[in-house]
Amino acid sequence: MEFFIQQLINGITLGGVYALIALGYTMVYGIIQLINFAHGEFFAAGGYMGVILISYLAAQGLHPYACLGISLVLSMGYCALLAMAVERLAYKPLRHASRLAALLSALGMSIFLQNGLMLTQGVYDKPYPTEITSGGFEWGLVSVSYMQIFIVALTAFLLVGLNVLVFKTRIGRAMRATSQDKIMSALVGINSNRIIAITFAIGAGLAAAAGIMVGLYYGSVNYSMGFVPGIKAFAAAVLGGIGNITGALVGGLIIGMVEIFAAGYISGEYKDVFAFIILIGVLYFRPTGIMGENVDDTRV
Amino acid sequence: MLTIRESKKLWIGCGVGLVWFFILLWPLLGVTPEGLEFGKTFKVFGTVAVAVVFIMLVYQIKEAGYLDSLGTPMTSVTGAIGQLYAKTPRWLLLASVLACALVFPLVTGRYAHDVSISVLIYICLGLGLNIVVGLAGLLDLGYIAFYGVGAYTYALMSLHFGLSFWLCLPISALTAAIAGCVIGYPTLRMRGDYLAIVTLGFGEIVRLILNNWMALTNGPNGILSIPRPEIFGWSFKPLWSMYYVILAIAIVTIVAVYRLNYSRIGRAWEAIREDETAAELMGVNTFLLKLLAYATGATFAGFAGAFFAARMKFVGPESFTFLESAMVLAMVVLGGMGSIPGVILGVLALVALPEMFRELETYRMLVFGGVMTLMMLIRPAGIWPAKRVGRRSEDAE
Repeated sequence: MEFFIQQLINGITLGGVYALIALGYTMVYGIIQLINFAHGEFFAAGGYMGVILISYLAAQGLHPYACLGISLVLSMGYCALLAMAVERLAYKPLRHASRLAALLSALGMSIFLQNGLMLTQGVYDKPYPTEITSGGFEWGLVSVSYMQIFIVALTAFLLVGLNVLVFKTRIGRAMRATSQDKIMSALVGINSNRIIAITFAIGAGLAAAAGIMVGLYYGSVNYSMGFVPGIKAFAAAVLGGIGNITGALVGGLIIGMVEIFAAGYISGEYKDVFAFIILIGVLYFRPTGIMGENVDDTRV
Repeated sequence: MLTIRESKKLWIGCGVGLVWFFILLWPLLGVTPEGLEFGKTFKVFGTVAVAVVFIMLVYQIKEAGYLDSLGTPMTSVTGAIGQLYAKTPRWLLLASVLACALVFPLVTGRYAHDVSISVLIYICLGLGLNIVVGLAGLLDLGYIAFYGVGAYTYALMSLHFGLSFWLCLPISALTAAIAGCVIGYPTLRMRGDYLAIVTLGFGEIVRLILNNWMALTNGPNGILSIPRPEIFGWSFKPLWSMYYVILAIAIVTIVAVYRLNYSRIGRAWEAIREDETAAELMGVNTFLLKLLAYATGATFAGFAGAFFAARMKFVGPESFTFLESAMVLAMVVLGGMGSIPGVILGVLALVALPEMFRELETYRMLVFGGVMTLMMLIRPAGIWPAKRVGRRSEDAE
């Protein structure tokens, strides 16, 4: 039983992280129907920015948690700027080209950014300072680290914030309008280019937060860390029905849970296989994802 | 000709871009626990800024019309070449290309053999994927899995049962084709991006199985000492002889894909690519033909895989990652989907060109990614686009 609870806690933590990355995929897809392959790299860049800034601020003698807070905000801002630059350079000129061209452009950007990170930061893992990552509670065999609590709390906070932004503010309304019909929303005076840039920025900001969380959770970051979580998060977005924000959360939690439980009860080596099998199974029976709408053939 | 206003806008955009670039670059290079540093950043930034300003100046001069005197003779030269190309009989062109390919290893060194062998392997892979993506319009991001299946089939068959390479070649192709059907079957109901992610998932599953099924595949250590092919007791030890093996496989692939392209099946695939619903209404059995596209594409990957295992004498799961799938897809799309010379050009552009920049090893992949994006921006339809392409109905707004 303790093992089960422990796995549940780990699953929620990991699932929350996947959900945050998945949100970026889902929002971008919802608005311009593009799989943003470079999204995993925003996540990695966020993780790196976190380490760089925390190390710098800690050297200035700040309290570790203050360092963490400031770096979190700055990293999210950094990745937002990065995403806007990538969008402007690699996606905007291809808005009316074929989808495959945009997809490949995204793939090129992903390789470019990954290698940019490698060239500037080196090929070796960069550790997060231990004074932040250590510490936690224990109840019998169940242990919860402060980091897990922090990750779950921050995920919840960001999700609520995003929900407010999308459903309560003017920008959110403009985003929803643009994702439904670009031409009509342009007619009522919405600058769709600006909305798309904002969507990219928000998605990348969330991915950056996820990057820092993964860095804290595993204790280090690596230049190539964006790929696997990126793919799983994309799987989560598709699982939940791409374009659907609640779906991304549900999908992220499912993928995270499946991974942790498969690792705990079946086999640690094949944990990634189960995540993909669940994905394929769900898509086989519901080709548009769990929460996806039944769009007609021409739009899928 | 740019107006002053347009050119002003261009320069302002360029300036904003450079400021943006600095903001993105400096934290990566300049923030260290020891303190803030600017020297390294300015070095990189300065180089990029000078390059950008230079390109902008050239662009301005070109737009202003000062380069026309250069351009006119250039167009006449390319026009003359085009006319010559159109006049020469097709068989003469093909024969000379074939002759070059045959003579190639006799006049070059080991390194060139190595590069040309990998070019030919990628040509097989690219043409195979071209059937799935270029002709049938099914976006496959896990194509490399079939290559892996082919390679492992040969490795295991030859080591455990002592079967010869020539016997294993069709067996590898068959197992790859079966894998293609297994993967293709559940994905047939999906379209577009869902299909892409599921094929990606399948590719990853195959890689993870290769990586973890210790008893069969020896896991991450891979399988060693795979035998070379033999013919009447003479084994293909020297590298140049392996070149001829893959050249033969590549020629078979090219001919087969060409014939398929202009057959009933090829036309049906193209119909599916252009509009699946319409094709179905016109009596095309989309279910069977999509499955066939997967199987045929996988067959060529199986050939290439078996050869790859024989050439490297080693297979390991590291050779079959998503990045490889992405590379093959990039070759197909970069060259021009559905066009055979296009795919070959794409392979040359992505395999042979980076080899020339070997000295810049560390920057190779960075440049590769950048060039990939840039190519898409400049020529979204590919270097040598196929003649018969429309727009997928899904792309229409």
